[in-house]
Formats: sequence, structure tokens, C-alpha cells
Amino acid sequence: MTAPEPLLTVSGLKKTFDLSQPFLNRLLSGGGRRFVHAVDGVDFTIPRGTTLSLVGESGCGKSTVAKLLMGLSRPTAGSIRFDGHELAGTVAGEPPAVRRQMQMIFQDPYASLNPRWRVARIIAEPMKSFGTHPDPAARRREVDRLLEFVGLSAADGEKFPHEFSGGQRQRISIARAISTKPEFLVCDEPTSALDVSVQAQILNLMRSLQRELGLTYLFISHDLAVVNYISDWIGVMYLGRLVELAPADRIFAEPQHPYTRLLLETVPDISMAHRDQERPAGEVPNPITPPRGCHFHPRCPLANDRCRSEVPEFLARDGARVRCHAVEEGRIASFPMRKAG
Amino acid sequence: MQALSRAYSSDLAWSFRHSWTARISTLLLAVLFLAALLAPLLATQNPYDISQLFLLDSELPPAWAEGGDPRYFLGTDEQARDVYSSILYGLRLSLIVGFASVALAGAIGISLGLLGGFMGGMVDGAIMRVADILLSFPAILVALLVNGIARGILPPDRHADAAIWVLILAIGLTNWVQYARTVRGSTMVERQKEYVQAARINGVSGMGIMVQHILPNVLGPVLVIATINLGMAVLTEATLSFLGVGMPTTQPSLGTLIRIGNEYLFSGIWWVVIFPSIVLVVLVLAVNLLGDWLRDALNPRLR
Amino acid sequence: MTLLSVKNLTVAFFGRSGTVNAIEDVSLELEPGEILGMVGESGAGKSMTGAAIIGLIEPPGRISAGEIRLEGERIDNLPPEAIRRIRGRRIGAIFQDPLTSLNPVLTVGEQLIETIRTHLKLPREAARARAIDWLRRVGIPAPEARIDTYPHQYSGGMRQRVVIALALCAEPRLVIADEPTTALDVSVQAQVIALLRQLARETGVAVILVTHDMGVIAETADRVAVMYAGRIVEVGPVAEVLRAPRHPYTSGLMASIPRIGPRPEVLPQIEGAMPRPHARPPGCAFAPRCPHRFVPCTDERPELTGTPVRSVACHLTTEVPA
Repeated sequence: MTAPEPLLTVSGLKKTFDLSQPFLNRLLSGGGRRFVHAVDGVDFTIPRGTTLSLVGESGCGKSTVAKLLMGLSRPTAGSIRFDGHELAGTVAGEPPAVRRQMQMIFQDPYASLNPRWRVARIIAEPMKSFGTHPDPAARRREVDRLLEFVGLSAADGEKFPHEFSGGQRQRISIARAISTKPEFLVCDEPTSALDVSVQAQILNLMRSLQRELGLTYLFISHDLAVVNYISDWIGVMYLGRLVELAPADRIFAEPQHPYTRLLLETVPDISMAHRDQERPAGEVPNPITPPRGCHFHPRCPLANDRCRSEVPEFLARDGARVRCHAVEEGRIASFPMRKAG
Repeated sequence: MQALSRAYSSDLAWSFRHSWTARISTLLLAVLFLAALLAPLLATQNPYDISQLFLLDSELPPAWAEGGDPRYFLGTDEQARDVYSSILYGLRLSLIVGFASVALAGAIGISLGLLGGFMGGMVDGAIMRVADILLSFPAILVALLVNGIARGILPPDRHADAAIWVLILAIGLTNWVQYARTVRGSTMVERQKEYVQAARINGVSGMGIMVQHILPNVLGPVLVIATINLGMAVLTEATLSFLGVGMPTTQPSLGTLIRIGNEYLFSGIWWVVIFPSIVLVVLVLAVNLLGDWLRDALNPRLR
Repeated sequence: MTLLSVKNLTVAFFGRSGTVNAIEDVSLELEPGEILGMVGESGAGKSMTGAAIIGLIEPPGRISAGEIRLEGERIDNLPPEAIRRIRGRRIGAIFQDPLTSLNPVLTVGEQLIETIRTHLKLPREAARARAIDWLRRVGIPAPEARIDTYPHQYSGGMRQRVVIALALCAEPRLVIADEPTTALDVSVQAQVIALLRQLARETGVAVILVTHDMGVIAETADRVAVMYAGRIVEVGPVAEVLRAPRHPYTSGLMASIPRIGPRPEVLPQIEGAMPRPHARPPGCAFAPRCPHRFVPCTDERPELTGTPVRSVACHLTTEVPA
């Protein structure tokens, strides 16, 4: 029995940004070349019809992964296989037959819609550009259908984005994203700019879209509770590396990596009034000069000399993958979570 | 109807209704534009038509002064041209040169600014270095240079006919830098925005993104620059004509009229220089006041 | 004695299209040492309430009705000079973005020492010693060395700690903290919340914590005031409001927050969106979205009723006998 091929397979994905001064300035004022390894060897797969979420704090590289997948940024190394096509060397929009299957929803509902365009034109742009609906009248009918599908009315097509609230704009963004009947959506923090009561509406809409259209999601967020609601799989990123990748319920019930545990312990939670334990100390280090070995070792209660010098492997472990020497050596078992599930 | 009422209640309209300077300068400009447009109807003679000039009537003072002739309301010059009619026709030429050179400068500047801001890298570097070099010369010197080159290329007998085109070219090529810098700056901000990323994801070409997405979002400040530039262009034209390298005496613009009048000022013939000068000052002042108001109105943070 | 008492406060903005009330009829009381959370969506008026209390309402906005009393003394109608003296000395402020709250060209020490000397009239050496002490209390390692460094040499979390020190160093009775952790990463946010809570207990300062994050309120505040469309709709002890919310908006909001733990098939959601200030309906502003709406809700505005400790503005709780 062979499992069906996952829709998306990412392996060894790397993105390095060159922050060096221009050559002449380096020559004059000294100083070497400086690089940021924004994404430093990331591997994951997303089976069809499921949701993988990437979580992590700012600077962990999760948004860069989204840009690399969509071709908005060129990977330094690694492979992106989507539905049997290698996309690592292509740019956004190319090849059209494949790229039309991949769409994106952005974080900022105010910047993601052109303020000078009417909503109908915004939603129709992908269909026009990819040629899925060459006839303008058919395109317009499809726009009306999409507007109603995401919970707006066909008459809203004549309005400009500024006439809508944040949640409604995000619905417009979703309508644009599904207009070319894609299979795969990258959602980059789609609710983090929204108010809580509206966030629930958008999350529910995204889940019902997934059920009805069989969509596959890569969901990017810093909010573990949101991720818990939407995901099948969760990947935790820290300073450009995936440190843990596991089914969603597993991550919350039995987090393996010490960083995952730290994240779970520190989420402000409405059911956790007035926790007064000692808080885990430290902050995410500067990504230009990440710690040697395991990036997390300066904040890790289990760090030893091996952690400080040797980068841990991303090892498979009962259906999950973890990048941690302590887990590999079995040292973590003696360190119970304060809070579980 | 709905669009009308929306325009009426927009911020710009509100600010217009509450600004005296904006309303007065608009009124003045409307009068001047109409006068220029209807010059053939309003003028008492065609100053370009030698057959309508009577040398006996030369150097007459304005109608109300001693020795004035009611047919020549603002007096005549040494060739017996009616000053009032000459001003109308001169105003026309000044405005044509002004608008055309602003359009030329805008077209060049907006295109180069968009291209530089969007492409970045070498293209941007090259455009901006040229702009820097242009900016390091006084505008009038660059205009003189372009003017000189154009006149050098053209045969002498074509100079009079080509004068207006040479002026438009000289002033247009001088003034595009400001548009380019402004548009480049706004373009660099806009191209980072997520709606541009969405367009890239959907396979929209670089040209499509520049023209359809970014251009409409960077035009606001351009309108302000264009208005203020109109005043500058009219003044540059007047300066070039005053220096004798602009419009010829057979087709005088406001600047040419002032130059002609200037030569006779010391023989007591003041009316030939004063009246065109007043019209020029009013025109430029009104344009600049309108431009200042527009800048403040489009930039609410300044208030 | 009640530390802060706000009665029927209304802040109006006078625009060209008429007058818009950013907050309406807001009343609340605060005891010394208490942490009151103000929660609500963007535009609900929670930040505006905080700004009104520290006298930071700028034209075209102004306090058009009501009064604010600090330790029994009215502070809403004072001249600007007097308000400035109160701000910093008796009311401290912590804002969302630590980078803009600190002056980038002065060292952290200079800013702390200046604030201490302005308000406490201490000699320079004593002020410096106190500044170092404050840096230690907010958890800055090696404060003797770091006091002479500039804000840009601190990380985001450390900067927010400095801002907290700056707000507390003049020993105010009340601190307004407006989204103090929103700009911070999750793991740092937890540290700052814990610090704020610990310092409030140690110094006895009362805190008004303005945030959109119910989780932060739950972990930090003693009482919570829920704002909607410019009004307080529910006030009460945090545990009670979270466990048994009585206003339909609060309960809808609580239900719609995703949680860690077993996940529902569909997240309960409140339909629609909060009305903008100029488009608030007559009657209860929440009525159009309310699943329990009945006759009086659309025309008659419910008053905030109950005890100062726990009160609700909803016809359901007043008209239906419990």
C-alpha cells in the first residue's frame, strides 16, 4: 500500500539574506560580509485537504517560508515540489498552469487590496491574468457568485475597499484567492489584524471553505490557540529552523521540544487566571548572530555541551519529528510540563 | 448624480469650500484661462497680422491717459500693436507653453520615477544620477542649453516657427526631475505592499503592476507638483523670452512683451511693460496659491 | 478611599460632519493597588478612556461631560500645566511601542534620573542610585553598567521593562498601561505581564490595563471592564466575568476566542461587526448583533446597573427577574 503523494513537499529549503555593506564600503571601512539565515533548512509535507500551521515568534522565518513557496522570493537552496512540479527555480506566476493552483491570503487587510480599485476588479484580477474566465461578462458573474460565497453581496463589487471593515476586507481577499479555483492556500497571519469577534467569523469561513472546496492550507500564525483550531499538523519554528513537526493534538498533548513547551506555557490563556510561577527567561536572539549548535540552547533548561556545539538532527519519533539532543537522548522525560492539553 | 454628491461631500471639496485663497485663485485662473481661450473674440485686433497695424497709431498711451485713443484701451507699442490684444494672445502662448511643458515633464518624470522605483538596482541608479546632475544646474541654464542645442540643429529660417516647440522641450526637459524623485519614493513604498505581492502571485507582469496598480496610487503628490510647476514653467518661458531666446517679437508671449516694453521704459512708455507684467504676476501667483492649497488639502497631517 | 473615580465621562470629537462621541457615559472606580483590565475591540473606546484619565485628549476631541477624580480631587478640568504635573508624578503611563516611548538620544539612566528628579526633588546621586534600583527591580541584568547605555542597545522586551521603570519611578498612585505587551513576542509578553503584576503588588500602585487580549486580562487583572461601541457593558471580578459573563457581548466574545485544548467543530461567532461611532444605533449598540435581542433593546439604551463591583448594561439582566 502506498500513500498518495502529498500536495506539497518542501525539503532542505534555505533562504539567506546578504546584509553586507556594498563592496566599496566594506573595502573602506572594514567589516566582513554578514548573512541572515532566515530559513535554514526546512522540511515538511502537506497532504491534500489538510492544514499545516507554522508557528513561531517574530523573526523565526515563518513568513519567509510563505514568500518562498509563492515565488515572491527566490530560495537559496532546497526544493519545493507542488503537485509533481518543482517550483524552487520559478518566480511568482510561473508556470501559470501550476501557480493558478496556489493562492495567498495576507495579514494586513488594509494593504492587501489596491485602494484605487473597485472590489469587483480586485476579485477578477487573478481570473483575468490567468485566463480562467476570458469572457468579461462570465468573469463578472463569477465575481458576484464569489462575493456571495464569502458572505458579502454582489452589489459590494461596485464599492472601494475603504468602504469595508477589516473582516469584510479579509473576505474580499479570500474571494480573490479562491477565484482561480486553487487547491492550495497560503494564509499568512490572516486574522492577527482582526478583532476577536471577527476573527472567529474568518476562521469558520476558512474551515468551511476547506471542507467544501477540498483546499489544502499552509497557515502561518504566532497564536497557538488559533493554530489549534485550524490545523491538522503543526510545525514550530525557531530562528529559521523547524524544531518540531507533529499532528496538532500531539503537539498540545505531548510537546517534545523544550521551545514548544515554553511557547505552550507562556500563551496567555483565559482559563489560566493569575499563574504566578517563575516565568521562563530570555528572548529570541538576534538572527544575524544566532547561538552555535542548537539555536535554543541559551534559553533551554536541558542544554549541555553537545547542545552548545552540535546542531541537532530533525529526527522522526513516533509519527512526529523533533530537532533536539535532549529528546534524542531521552533526557527530556524527567522534565514534566506544568500544564498539558 | 450619486457620483456628483459624493464628489461634493469629499474632503477635497470641503476644504475647497472653506478656503478663501483656493476660491479666489480659482476664480482668477478661470478668468485668465477664458481670456486666453477666447482671445480671437475678445481682442480688438490680431497683433500677429501686420495688415491690421497702423504705424501712425504707434506708442499711444492708455485710453484714459492724455493723448490716449479709445480704440486702444491699454495703449499701443512702437509697432502700433494694441497692448490689450497682445496680452490676450501672449497669455495664450504662455499658457500653451506652460501646460505642454508640464505635461512633457510629467510624462518623463512619472515614467522614469516608476521605472526606477519599481526596478531598483542599476536602472534606478542610472536614472537618479542623471537627475542629480540636472539638479546641480540652475533650471534656467539647462533650459538655455537645450534651447541653444535645438536652435543650432534647426536651420535659421525655421527658428520663428519652431520657437514654441523648442521652448516646450527646453522647459519640459528641465523640470522632470522633481516628478521622478517624488514618484520613485512613493513607488518604493507601494511596491512593498501586499496588494502588489498579490498581483505578482497572480502572474501580472511588471509593466501591468507599474501602470495599473502603482501608478494610480502615486499620482496624488504629482498633481500638487504639476500645479506648482505650471507657475514655474510660465515664469521660465517668460524669462527665456525676456532674454531674447524665447518667442520672437512677431509672436510675442507675455515674456516677449515685457522685453519689448522694457526697451522703451526709459522713454516714458510705461504701459507696454506694466500691463503684461501685472497679468504675469497674477497668473503665477494664482497658480502657486492653488498649488499650496492643494498640497495642504491632500496632506491632512500638515494641518 | 477610592483612588480613582470616573463618573459619566463622555469624550466628544467635533468634526465637520457633526459631533461624534468616542466614549459615552463611562463610569468606573478603582481602589489602591487594584489592577483593572479594560478590554474591547479596536474603536470600542478603551484607549480613549485611558487617554482621558491622563489628560491626553487632543483637539478636536474633548471631555464634553462627566468628571474624573483622583483621590477625591477633580482632574478633568485642570489647566494644562497642572495636568502635566499630575502626569508622571501621580499617574504614570506605559504605551504599546517601547521604541517610541523612549528618547533615542538620551541614555536610559538620563531619562530615569530626569524623571525621578523632576517629580521627587532628589539630589543627583540619590536619583542615580534609585534609577539603578529601579532597573534591577524590573529585571535588567547588571543595571550599574546598563544604566549608561542607549535604548537601541536593549532588546524589545528589555525596552518595555525600562518603560515600566520609567512609569513607576516617580512612585505614582496609578498607572495607565495601554496595550503594554502587544508589540512583544509571546514568550516575552508573559514575562512583562508577570513583572507588571509583581510590581503592582509590591508598590501598591493601581493599574488600568488596556488591551484587546482576554488572555492578558485573565492572567493579570483583578477586575475587568468590557467596552463596546464607546460604553462599558460589563464590569466585574475577572474570574466571575470570565466564568459567568452576563452581557451577551461578553459571553459571545468569550466563546469566540479559540482555546488550547479540545477544539470545537465550529467556533461560536458573533455575526456582523461593531458599529462605527457615527453609525451607532439607538438603544443598545449591541442589539443588531445580539442573539437574545427583544422588544426594548432596539429603542431603549440599557443603563449600567448593579454594584460598583459587578454591573451589567443589558435589558436581559434588568427586566427578566433572575
